[in-house]
Amino acid sequence: MRVAGKGLIDRSRPISFRWDGTTYSGFQGDTLASALLAHDVRMVARSFKYHRPRGILSAGSEEPNALVTVGRGADTDPNVRATVQEIYEGLEARPQNAWPSLSFDVMAVNDLAAPFLGAGFYYKTFMWPGGFWEKLYEPLIRRAAGLGALGGEAAKDQSEKAYAFCDLLVIGAGPAGLMAALVAARSGADVILADEDSLMGGRLNAETLSVDGQSGHVWAGQMVETLRAMDNVRLMPRTTVTGAYDGGTFGALERVSHHLSGVPEGGVKDTFWRIVARRSVLAAGALERHIAFRNNDRPGVMAAGAVRAYLNRWGVAPGKALTLFANNDDAHRTACDLLDAGVHISGVIDSRPDAQAQGDYPLYAGAVVTGGHGRKELEAISLKTQTGTERLFTDCLAVSGGWNPTVHLTCHMNGRPTWEPRIASFVPTSGSIPGMETAGACNGAFSTAACLAEGVAAAQASLAALGMKSASVDLPVAEDTPYAIAPLWAVPGKGRAWLDFQNDVSVKDVKQSAAENFASVEHMKRYTTQGMATDQGKNSNVTALALLADATGRGIPDTGTTTFRPPYSPVPLAALGAGAKGKGFAPERFTTSHAASVEAKAPMVEAGQWYRPSYFPVQGERTWRQSCDREVGYVRNAVGVCDVSTLGKIDIQGPDAARLLDLVYTNMFSTLKEGRVRYGLMLREDGYVMDDGTTARLGPEHYVMTTTTAAAGQVMRHLEFVSQALHPEWDVRIMSVTEHWAQFAVAGPLARNLLSGVLDDPLTDEAWPFMSCGPVSVLGVAGRLFRISFSGEHAYELAIPARYGDSLFRLLVARAEAMAGGAYGMEALNVLRIEKGFITHAEIDGRVTAGDIGMARMISAKKDCMGKVMAARPGLVQEDRPQLVGLKPVGPVKQLSAGAHICSRDEDAVPTDDQGYITSVGFSPTMGHFVGLGFVKAGLGRHGEVLRMVDHLRGLDAQVELCDPVFFDPEGGRARG
Amino acid sequence: MRLPCPICGARDHREFYYQGAAVMLDRPEPDAGSDVWDEYLHLRPNVPGAHDELWSHDAGCGAWLRVTRNTVTHEVIGAVLASEVSR
Repeated sequence: MRVAGKGLIDRSRPISFRWDGTTYSGFQGDTLASALLAHDVRMVARSFKYHRPRGILSAGSEEPNALVTVGRGADTDPNVRATVQEIYEGLEARPQNAWPSLSFDVMAVNDLAAPFLGAGFYYKTFMWPGGFWEKLYEPLIRRAAGLGALGGEAAKDQSEKAYAFCDLLVIGAGPAGLMAALVAARSGADVILADEDSLMGGRLNAETLSVDGQSGHVWAGQMVETLRAMDNVRLMPRTTVTGAYDGGTFGALERVSHHLSGVPEGGVKDTFWRIVARRSVLAAGALERHIAFRNNDRPGVMAAGAVRAYLNRWGVAPGKALTLFANNDDAHRTACDLLDAGVHISGVIDSRPDAQAQGDYPLYAGAVVTGGHGRKELEAISLKTQTGTERLFTDCLAVSGGWNPTVHLTCHMNGRPTWEPRIASFVPTSGSIPGMETAGACNGAFSTAACLAEGVAAAQASLAALGMKSASVDLPVAEDTPYAIAPLWAVPGKGRAWLDFQNDVSVKDVKQSAAENFASVEHMKRYTTQGMATDQGKNSNVTALALLADATGRGIPDTGTTTFRPPYSPVPLAALGAGAKGKGFAPERFTTSHAASVEAKAPMVEAGQWYRPSYFPVQGERTWRQSCDREVGYVRNAVGVCDVSTLGKIDIQGPDAARLLDLVYTNMFSTLKEGRVRYGLMLREDGYVMDDGTTARLGPEHYVMTTTTAAAGQVMRHLEFVSQALHPEWDVRIMSVTEHWAQFAVAGPLARNLLSGVLDDPLTDEAWPFMSCGPVSVLGVAGRLFRISFSGEHAYELAIPARYGDSLFRLLVARAEAMAGGAYGMEALNVLRIEKGFITHAEIDGRVTAGDIGMARMISAKKDCMGKVMAARPGLVQEDRPQLVGLKPVGPVKQLSAGAHICSRDEDAVPTDDQGYITSVGFSPTMGHFVGLGFVKAGLGRHGEVLRMVDHLRGLDAQVELCDPVFFDPEGGRARG
Repeated sequence: MRLPCPICGARDHREFYYQGAAVMLDRPEPDAGSDVWDEYLHLRPNVPGAHDELWSHDAGCGAWLRVTRNTVTHEVIGAVLASEVSR
């Protein structure tokens, strides 16, 4: 129920929302949790395993119980914490993991079967028969146990990634964080202040404490406004810093639009930030822990600090007759605040015999709560007092077992927290995260004054490390109450006392784990699943390991902790993967002929990041093969034009350019004459083939290298390595010019006729013999011509600055068409080169030596080259290596397939009898049959042999004859003529 | 992780290509023998602690760097241009 005069909500702005099919109203500033509690809605969820009724436990992101589903269809967000979800007009939320309804859930029968479902039941129960686990048990268990479900429709891409840099990242905007940010900002540092709450101020918004004579929340509000007005401060509310990584990098999730009815036009739901900070201050506060007792999970049992937060921040009393169960002084504030607000306190139960009442409420000192009563809501509690037992009627029990500092981020880089007996909990170990200071409650400082002072000190230490002078800031006056606690983890007794609410782990489970010798804390965690739910055990970890320490007779420091890992709280995969859906931001590289190819309805295929035309269909053709055969015919009989700009082009200049080429290529380039082109083979240092291509010498100190499309980046990096790292003394410069030049192959018997029409000077065989190169004038534009051939025909490649590429391509194609030729695509290019036995990366796949492709003699004996030494290793030159061969079908099956394996005709097609494999195939209209390239053991000497090709995947089994890889024009007269 | 490129300044590690141990800088002579070449190419000590390694600033200036990094803490201790490593 609402309490008059309390809370920071805006009562002039009512908001209506729906929960589980019913319309409710709340106010601006409410969370779903506070608005439901205001309407006395207690049971909001069913637990994961036993489907026990559960209510709201906390008031923050650590909430284990109140997981709900928000929205419908593509807008569904499952597993939203009701304590974090702000309400907005039209918000629609519903419970999850309950059927048919929240109040009558058939799976609650699991709770009755609990004796059989305890820790380790998976491992013990579903052992037999073996196959049943996957087929029967696991699907059943998955259906019964679970969290919320996705909407079932593809979600819109409503997330983004962002990057930020700062001098100081302050994590948490409570009193410590605000002071740290202020001191750093006043000193001139570039500050980011991130807080997971919508309202900055931390516990000051949940308490009635005062700072500098003002209400704490008023002081915090003023601090936030001061910081907001400063240019060197960025405030990031609703932003959870989820992980600490190497080099001062932090991950952070900003919930941008979850508090709005719909994502604004052009906006996003979530932003995943990568923040790089030179220094950081962790001021993440503390989380209250529970005390385990029988049925301590009944809706209505809450954290004492949360009850205080609901009262002071949201003006809500979560019950009419409240009780409190605690082992520390801090929790008594809840009773005092409730009394001040006029809420009835039925009793305060403090386990410490010497506890003193701090207000006018009935105190049961030295007493414990032994059980909760009521099924779907708390109705009463049983006490064990110093004199006997008692029963109190209550609808809300506020519990505090003390506070655990939020040390999580300090453990993300292998840091382990330190046990601090004063607060009976763990504090960060200094230096766990390089560059990080810790301050305030997360450091074990629980009074407001201590938080403020530690915030200042953390900022000063950070500034000193940054080499900045710290501005002086007055320390505000605030309470400095000492923290008094006597540890109490669990109340002994019959029945199940709960630890991990989200995974339904009880005290008994931890003891059983120890009894079965899963006594290490990491084993206990995995055996019981304590701490393995989506809250990562924020409410239960310390208690569970304290109980494990008891059960095993070790102290808590010896028992140790499990490892906290990122993220601190769940991050939607959609946010982590923002920008990567579908094509995402993957680069697309288009050639200058792209538009013309698309206009010609050529299907574009990906070649790395490039897009290249597969074939150019003409009217009447029904299959790609018809187009491909026609295009091959252009080149063999007339003239074809193909964009080859995607091949890597590397400009190499300098007095030592030739030395560089001699080192990276197996063959000589220093002897190449100006105006000539040579084919080159490149090895990796381990002796295997890296790449091949042609390199032209344009001037005495000027070469242009071409690489395959696939290896352009690798070769560029390789050349840089050789020139920078191995021979920095050489005077040579390397530049990728792939994008600078559009380059077109003009191939076929009529290639010279075609080019003569576009070149300003005559194109004669004498001036332009095979493998020549040089500058040309193309209708007045300076270009380069290379007489090289990848088709075996009389051919050229004409290069022109990229800005003329589109018009030149259209012109060349139009001229070719007038000569009964035309454009050809990748399919035809592939067939043409297989007919000639030319290799691509289908052949040189990283496992192939120069000898394997018949190029052993290309490794010059006159000089060293990269890979030469290792290429001579026995395993790389042995005679039974798979060697490049041509393949043609000779049996009744006339087809070949790439990827098929080769074996003997009289052997089974099994791996042990494997003789080789096929790398490339195509139907050759020139030869009238399929042609293929492949590698067969000692294949160079086996031409004429008939073997068997087996493709298990496509169900093909054919007889193939090994032959020379050059099917067409083996003498090469057509290219030279 | 951030790498201090001597040319570009501190940059995110995703701008870089990782090559491996910096021993690749010391290419043996062709006649050094198979043991030396085997060690150069294949044998790596895998030291816990400070480790010299090669990174290429592919998405930046294209420089090859010798980066010293602590393999236990991931602390990046420094970086120099591979071309300026004295040998």
